[in-house]
Amino acid sequence: MNDQPRDPEPLAAEPPLALQRAQEARLRAAWTLPKGWRYWSAVNNTEVGVWYTATAFLFFAFGGVLALLMRIQLAVPGNEFLSADTYNQVFTVHGSVMMFLFAIPVFESIAVIFLPQMLGARDLPFPRLSAFGYWCFLLGGIFLSGSLFFGAAPKGGWFMYPPLTSAYQPGIGADMWLLGFSFIEIAAIAAAVELIVGTLKCRPPGMRINLIPLYCWYVLVAAAMVLFAFPPLIAGSMLLEVERAFHWPFFDPKGGGDPVLWQHLFWLFGHPEVYIIFLPSIAIIAMVVPTFVRRPIVGYGWVVLAAVGTGFISFGLWVHHMFTTGLPGISLALFSAASEAVAIPTGVQIFCFIATIAAGKLVRSVPMLYACGGLAIFVLGGLTGVMVALASFDFQAHDTYFIVAHLHYVLVGGAVFPIIAGCYYFFPLLSGKKLSDRLGKIAFWLLFAGFNLTFLPMHFTGLRGMPRRVFTYPEGLGFDTLNLVSSIGAFLLGSGVAVVAWDLIRPKTRQPLSARNPWNAGTLEWLPSMPPENWGVRSIPEVDSRYPLWEQPNFVRDVDQGRFYLPDAEEGLRETLVTTAIDAKPVQCLRLPGPSFVPFWAAFTIGGFFILGTFHWWWPALASLVVGIGVVCYWLWTATAKRPEKPEKHVGLGLTLPLYQSGSASVGWWAVLITMLAVFTAFVSLVFAYFFYWTIHDDFPPRGAKGPGVLWPCVAGALLAAAWAATMLARRWNRADRAGAFYVAATASVGLALAGAAAMLAGPWLTGMDPTRHVYPAIVWLLAIWTALHAVTGVLFNGYCLARRLAGRMDARHDIEIHNAALFWHFVAATALVTVAVIAGFPLAK
Amino acid sequence: MKTSAAPRLPERHESLWRLIVSPTVWAVHFMLSYITAAVWCAKYVPRSGTLEPVRWLIAGYTLVALGAIAWNGWDGYRRHRHGASELPHDADTPGDRHRFLGFATFLLALLSAVAVAFAALAVLYFHDCR
Repeated sequence: MNDQPRDPEPLAAEPPLALQRAQEARLRAAWTLPKGWRYWSAVNNTEVGVWYTATAFLFFAFGGVLALLMRIQLAVPGNEFLSADTYNQVFTVHGSVMMFLFAIPVFESIAVIFLPQMLGARDLPFPRLSAFGYWCFLLGGIFLSGSLFFGAAPKGGWFMYPPLTSAYQPGIGADMWLLGFSFIEIAAIAAAVELIVGTLKCRPPGMRINLIPLYCWYVLVAAAMVLFAFPPLIAGSMLLEVERAFHWPFFDPKGGGDPVLWQHLFWLFGHPEVYIIFLPSIAIIAMVVPTFVRRPIVGYGWVVLAAVGTGFISFGLWVHHMFTTGLPGISLALFSAASEAVAIPTGVQIFCFIATIAAGKLVRSVPMLYACGGLAIFVLGGLTGVMVALASFDFQAHDTYFIVAHLHYVLVGGAVFPIIAGCYYFFPLLSGKKLSDRLGKIAFWLLFAGFNLTFLPMHFTGLRGMPRRVFTYPEGLGFDTLNLVSSIGAFLLGSGVAVVAWDLIRPKTRQPLSARNPWNAGTLEWLPSMPPENWGVRSIPEVDSRYPLWEQPNFVRDVDQGRFYLPDAEEGLRETLVTTAIDAKPVQCLRLPGPSFVPFWAAFTIGGFFILGTFHWWWPALASLVVGIGVVCYWLWTATAKRPEKPEKHVGLGLTLPLYQSGSASVGWWAVLITMLAVFTAFVSLVFAYFFYWTIHDDFPPRGAKGPGVLWPCVAGALLAAAWAATMLARRWNRADRAGAFYVAATASVGLALAGAAAMLAGPWLTGMDPTRHVYPAIVWLLAIWTALHAVTGVLFNGYCLARRLAGRMDARHDIEIHNAALFWHFVAATALVTVAVIAGFPLAK
Repeated sequence: MKTSAAPRLPERHESLWRLIVSPTVWAVHFMLSYITAAVWCAKYVPRSGTLEPVRWLIAGYTLVALGAIAWNGWDGYRRHRHGASELPHDADTPGDRHRFLGFATFLLALLSAVAVAFAALAVLYFHDCR
């Protein structure tokens, strides 16, 4: 072994007791929760995370009740319990709620609670962003679920295929789905940004990349997948909504559009989505298993391989949902091959868990019961997955109950059971009390038996030919008994969920507090005393092991007595450490914002745009958006990039860290980068759409059609490139403290950007392209508008920087704002260049 | 802990990017193969048309991709074997961090190679655009 100066040791002597008490009092004061109705302005990860999780469980219960309604309807042939129309709404909302309002949010909410704790951080880097995400989720979720009670819900199935959801579905149901879920997806991307930056930049000193808990690897991969999976759906939803609202024929063959494009965009999201749900859930098992076999995981590197490998390959599977659309055999074969390949990493991690159990000494427990039950169910789902990955088998099983059975085995085994395992495992960290072992076991057997009774028969119902999504079936086709058994099983399953729910909410006032670290786990989230304090971790430890609570001597004592970093809140502010991404060397003491209602207002005003837009009330919607942008500016102005009262701070153990970092050393810069990667992915999806039309349709562009010309797009490209260059100069001159030059450059960039946006729209405008006539002008217009909107957003960025410098809040040393604006402008420039090349250059090449 | 046995690490700064080179190569190979076949079959030949040029192109992509993956995997393996330490690479040292990233890179290269080979198998079975 080699090669380093040793890490700092904790303080050798215990700090005086009076000092410890004073430090604790200051920390408690800094991290205290607001009282009374102001409680809802809290932004602590533990509070927001718990609201988030609880809300997701409420939606889970709602989706579950809908499932029971469906099972009542299907229990006997020819049933009239639900009308066909209601049934369509119920299965659509069931699928959508479970996917968008339970599975994705619950992954993010659990991570919001536990990621900082596993990393020994006091909170995530952007607490208010988490709160914003939560309020978006709550608002969007209630709006969507509520639609069912007015008979106005979407009814095209959770994957919303046009033309079923366009030409054949008037009313606002589909609009609700498209706009409501786009809004919620934005919240999901916000959470992903938070989780990625948290994992990479907020680790405790010494927690090198080879030491981070496996949960964090999984969350990192899943959050990165969100960035590339959600944007295609947001882009697709935008296209479909524009078709519905303004009759631009993106998916309508009469106007040269193509409904299969929707399937591509949807499943480019939809298949990775399954793994976005599965990975963070299996991650809980990766934490539970070592704890209950009392040994480190076997094959840490192999599990990392599995997480990263699955994350990649899951993007090469989307066409296996489209095997019956008539694509060439070679295409099917490629996607079939990737669908088989993804089973390799998925299997590797399961073998690692089994090897860990075999190598250790198993302690029986309720979380372990759910973990094993979940794995058993998931493996069955995985095996049917390998079956349907074969195109020839899929042709037979497509759109039958076999698929329904398969996907529920995957998602319930791969997500629901592990999440319940997580509830039983982590619950003491939330309330200081354990859940009941007895109720947990009863619930397990109800759930396990109920699940298999419901879904095992569906394989056979499907193979006998029963299609999914039919509201009833005639007697005597061989479906009757199987369906009745499934319905009975569903109620058994539902009763299991009810027992878990009761265990979670039952009053526990008379129950004694749990022991500290009740399961004798080895990772940092088990540091808190019972009940846990709001400050997260008493002092931020120096970590040198994957299981510090097992392997570092006197670790808990040293943390408790404040012998590590940041044991105090001298200035009464919330603080945590920022470290480097690979070796976790401390580089900044980050001040975190406290409670605020601003995220709430931002969510409601921006949400107003989407909700009012659903009813096509465009002017009020735009007004709400403008107010929303104002609220966000107020939020940024008052709470971000604050200049500290001193440049540096002593954080303990002889370490002094800066309080302010800008550019790529700041967490905000990383957040902009990650967000823009997602935005750029959405743009790439639109470009994909353009070339999809070209590939598939001979009449794209239609013969004799005039394009936007070469002149105006090129003028726009040049103006926007100049705006980009002016922004770079503004950044440089601000750094050089040449205020006058900065103002000139920044103002010039604003003017150039506005001119560039106008020139971009002038191309299709002056050539008279009518987007309702054909998909070619429609997609050209859309790319031009997309780029122009980016330029206008860039104007907001640069205007904000001008205002900050004028107000004395930005200067040569404190320049976070202009660095972030410059980063944003890199993406604007790239977007503009690609757009110009596509809309002006492509017709020439053709 | 000994302090002198291992040779010096070849680089001071390490990044996560090298970890994902092989899976990225897989992704590029996969998309190129898919797009080549899709464009060929949609634009240049009828439904029963030959796939011959596409098969050769995909074979070429595959050779390039496997070469890149082999290079990245070998690089990972070399880092994994750096010094005298063995798995599980769980010490809080730059050396074990280096070896761990190398090991993970190596494993991902293996997986990517298998996935590329799987994709390439497709051309063995299809001779036309049906």
